[in-house]
Amino acid sequence: MSDQINDSRRSFLSKAAIAGSITIAPGVFLHQTAHAKPDDQAVSNDTRWGMLIDTDKCAKGCTGCVDACNNEHGLTGFGRPETDTQYIRKVSLVEKQTGHEISLPLMCQHCENPPCVDVCPTGASFKREDGIVLVDKHICIGCRYCMMACPYKARSFVHENIEDQTLSAPRGKGTVESCTMCTHRVDKDGIPACVEACTEDDHNAMLFGDLNDPDSEISKELKKHGGKQIRADLQLNTGVRYQGL
Amino acid sequence: MKKIEYTKIKGHSIPYYGLLAGLGFTILLGLLSTWYMEHNGHHVTGMTNQIVWGMPHVFAIFLIIAASGALNVASIASVFGKKIYDPLSRLSALLALALLAGGLVVLLLDLGRPDRLIVAITKYNFKSIFAWNIILYTGFFGIVGAYIWMMMDHNMYKFKKKVGLVAFVWRLVLTTGTGSIFGFLVARSAYDAALMAPMFIVMSFGFGLAIFLLVLMASYNWTGRELGDAVVARLRNLLGVFVAASLYFTIVYHVTNLYITEHHGVEKFILSDGGIYTNLFWVGQVLIGGLLPLALIYAPGVRTCRKTLGAISTMIIIGGMCQVYVIVIGGQAYPMELFPGYEVSSSFFDGVVGQYSPTLPEVVLGVSGMAVSLLLVTFAMKALAFLPSSLADSVADPHAAK
Amino acid sequence: MTKRFLRISLIFTGLIMLFPAQGIADTPFPSIHEPEGEGVKCVKDEDEMRRNHMNYILHQRDKTMREGVRAESDSSYSLAKCINCHVQPNDKGEVPTHDSKEHFCVACHQYASVQIDCFECHADRPQKYIKRDQSPRALKQQLKEVLDAKDMGDAQ
Repeated sequence: MSDQINDSRRSFLSKAAIAGSITIAPGVFLHQTAHAKPDDQAVSNDTRWGMLIDTDKCAKGCTGCVDACNNEHGLTGFGRPETDTQYIRKVSLVEKQTGHEISLPLMCQHCENPPCVDVCPTGASFKREDGIVLVDKHICIGCRYCMMACPYKARSFVHENIEDQTLSAPRGKGTVESCTMCTHRVDKDGIPACVEACTEDDHNAMLFGDLNDPDSEISKELKKHGGKQIRADLQLNTGVRYQGL
Repeated sequence: MKKIEYTKIKGHSIPYYGLLAGLGFTILLGLLSTWYMEHNGHHVTGMTNQIVWGMPHVFAIFLIIAASGALNVASIASVFGKKIYDPLSRLSALLALALLAGGLVVLLLDLGRPDRLIVAITKYNFKSIFAWNIILYTGFFGIVGAYIWMMMDHNMYKFKKKVGLVAFVWRLVLTTGTGSIFGFLVARSAYDAALMAPMFIVMSFGFGLAIFLLVLMASYNWTGRELGDAVVARLRNLLGVFVAASLYFTIVYHVTNLYITEHHGVEKFILSDGGIYTNLFWVGQVLIGGLLPLALIYAPGVRTCRKTLGAISTMIIIGGMCQVYVIVIGGQAYPMELFPGYEVSSSFFDGVVGQYSPTLPEVVLGVSGMAVSLLLVTFAMKALAFLPSSLADSVADPHAAK
Repeated sequence: MTKRFLRISLIFTGLIMLFPAQGIADTPFPSIHEPEGEGVKCVKDEDEMRRNHMNYILHQRDKTMREGVRAESDSSYSLAKCINCHVQPNDKGEVPTHDSKEHFCVACHQYASVQIDCFECHADRPQKYIKRDQSPRALKQQLKEVLDAKDMGDAQ
C-alpha cells in the first residue's frame, strides 16, 4: 500500500520535474531529470544508472572528461603517475590486424555483479540500490584485494597524505577509491562531471541515464544501436557500455 | 620404542639470548618500516596502482602457506598413525602457529589502515574469500592451540587423535582458502584457476617441511640433543616426494594454460619474455626450488649428510619464495587484457607490463615477519616442553630396538 | 596479612585516582569558536550536540553514502555543515587546520582524549578557505564564465 503511494508520488514528482525543467531551460538535454527523487528518499533499484560511450565521437587527444573529473573531485597528482589516483582515463587502441584507431574513456564500469564487492572482506566495497559501485572509506582497511579483482583496473589506492579535499570526494591515505559516477550530482538530478564536460565541448560522446527506464534516451539508443560491454565474457553486466568497439 | 621424554630448552646461554636479541632487533626494524610506510603513505614502497600487492604479500603468503605445511608432521602421526613422527608433533604444531602468526603480522602491517584491525574482525562480507580466511586463520590458532594442549596434558591425551583430525582438515581448508584468494580472481589471466587451491596445498607440504627440518636440526644441534638418522631419513624422503609433487603441479598448471589460447600471452610472459619473472621461474622456482633439491635428496653419497639436508631445505625455501613472487607479482605485472586484438596505451599504464622494484622497508617488514615466527618458536621452546630430550635412533625408531 | 594487603592496595588505588584528577585540573578548558551572527543556531541544543553529535553525523553519513540521501534542509546533519560554522579564521586571520589545537573539533577531542580520524579523508576547513591549484580545465571554465557574463552585460 505504502509502496503504491510512494510510486505514484514519485511519478508525480518526476513529471513535475520534467515540466519544470523544460520550461526553465528549453533545448538543453534534461532527460536525466526524469528520475528526480525527493532528496530525503533513499535511492532504489527502480533506477539503474548507466553510461553509453560512443567511441566514434570521442576525440583523440581530448581529455575533457578526465580534466572535469579531476577538477570535480580535487584529484591533484603528486607527479608520480604510478601511484597517483585516476578515476577516469583516456585509453588509445590500435587494432593489431588493421591499424584501426579508437579512443575511449575508461572508468569504473559499475557492474551489476561487481567482483570488487564480492572480494571485499569488510563490505567497504558496495553497490548502491541504483547500481552505482562505491567504496565506503569509513570501513575500508586498505587491503587492495578489490584492486586485484577489478577487471578494468578502475581503482586507485591513495598512496599519500591528502589535505584540502573537496566536498564531493572525501578521500584519504590508505584507502581505495574509484569513479563514483558523481553520486553527489546524480542524487541532486545532475549528470556526472565527465558527461557534462563532453557535452559542453560539443563532442557528445557520453550519454548518462537510467538503464531501467525504457523511455530514457540511453535505453532508446541502446535498443536501437546496441552497446558493448568491455570483457563481456565475464558476464558482469556493466553499467557503462560502448559503441564503436 | 622407549617412552618419549620432553624437556624445555634451558635458554640461559649467551647465544640463546643473542638469538632472541637479534630476532627482536629485526622485529623492531620491521615496526620502524611499517611506521615509515604508514606515515608517508605507500608511495614510499615499490607498490603502485599497477602492482598493488608487493613484497610484504610475498612474505606473508609464503609464511601462511608454510604454516599449514608445518603441521603436516603432526598430522602424519595422529591422523595416519605413523609412530615415528609422533615425537615431532609438538614442534610441528608450534611451528605452524608461529609461522601463521608471522605471516599475519606482515599482512596486517601492510594494510593501508592497519589501525582498523577492529573493522576487519567485526565487519564481514561472507562472499569474500578474504573474510573467510580471517575466520580460518583465527580458527587455526584455536584448533592447533587445543591440539598442543591435548598433546601436552596427560589427561587430555586421549582426545589428541580427534583434535588432530580436525586440525588436519582445517589446515587443508585453510590452504584452500589461501589459494582461492588467487583462484577466485576472474580478472587476471595468471590466476582464475581452481587448480590454485590444490597447488597451494602441495606447495605448503614442501615449504612447511623444509622450514620444519631447519628448525629441528638447528634446535637439536644448538641444544646438544641427539637427533638420529632414522627420523631425519624419513623426513628427507618425505621432502623429496613433496618437492616432486609441487613440480608436477607446476607442470600441469602451465601445460593447461599453454593449451588455452586465451592464456598464451601470460604463459609466454612467465615462461620466456618476462625478464625477472622468467628468471625467477626457471632459475628460482624450477631449478633451485625443485630440480636441484630433488637431485640432492636422491643422490647417493650425501644421504645422511645433515649439511646437505640443510642446504636442500634452504633451497626449497628460496625456490618457494621465488614461486610465490612469480605468482603474486608476476601475475599482476602482466597487463590485463581488456581489448583483445588491440594495442593499448593510456596514462594509467594500460597494456604495459607493470614495473615493480621493492624498496628496503617492504623487504625488512617481510623479513621481520619471519623473525616473529622464529622468536615465538625460540621463546616457546623455553617456556614449554616441545622438544623430546633425545631423538636418537634407539628412542625414536620403533624398529630400532630389535 | 590479607588486611595489610587490602590497606596497601587501597592506598595505591587512591594514589592512582589522584593523578588523572590533577591532570584535568592542569588542562585548560578548550576555548572553542562560537558561530557568530544573528539567529545562527545549531541544529540541536548545545548540550545535546556536545554529547551526541557523533551519533547524528554517523547516522547521516550512512544514509548519505549508502542510500544517497542528501537532505540539505536546515535541520539535517552533516559534517560539512559543522565545519562551515565552527571552523573560522582566528584573530590573525588564519583558519586552523586539524593539526592545530585551535581547530574546533581538535580542541575538544584532545581535551577529552578522543582520537578521531574524520580529517584523514574529510576537509577540515570550510571550502571557501581552501585554496586549490587551478587546473587548466578550471581556468578554461573561468574564462568561459567571464565571457558569458560579458555577453549578458552587452545584451543589456
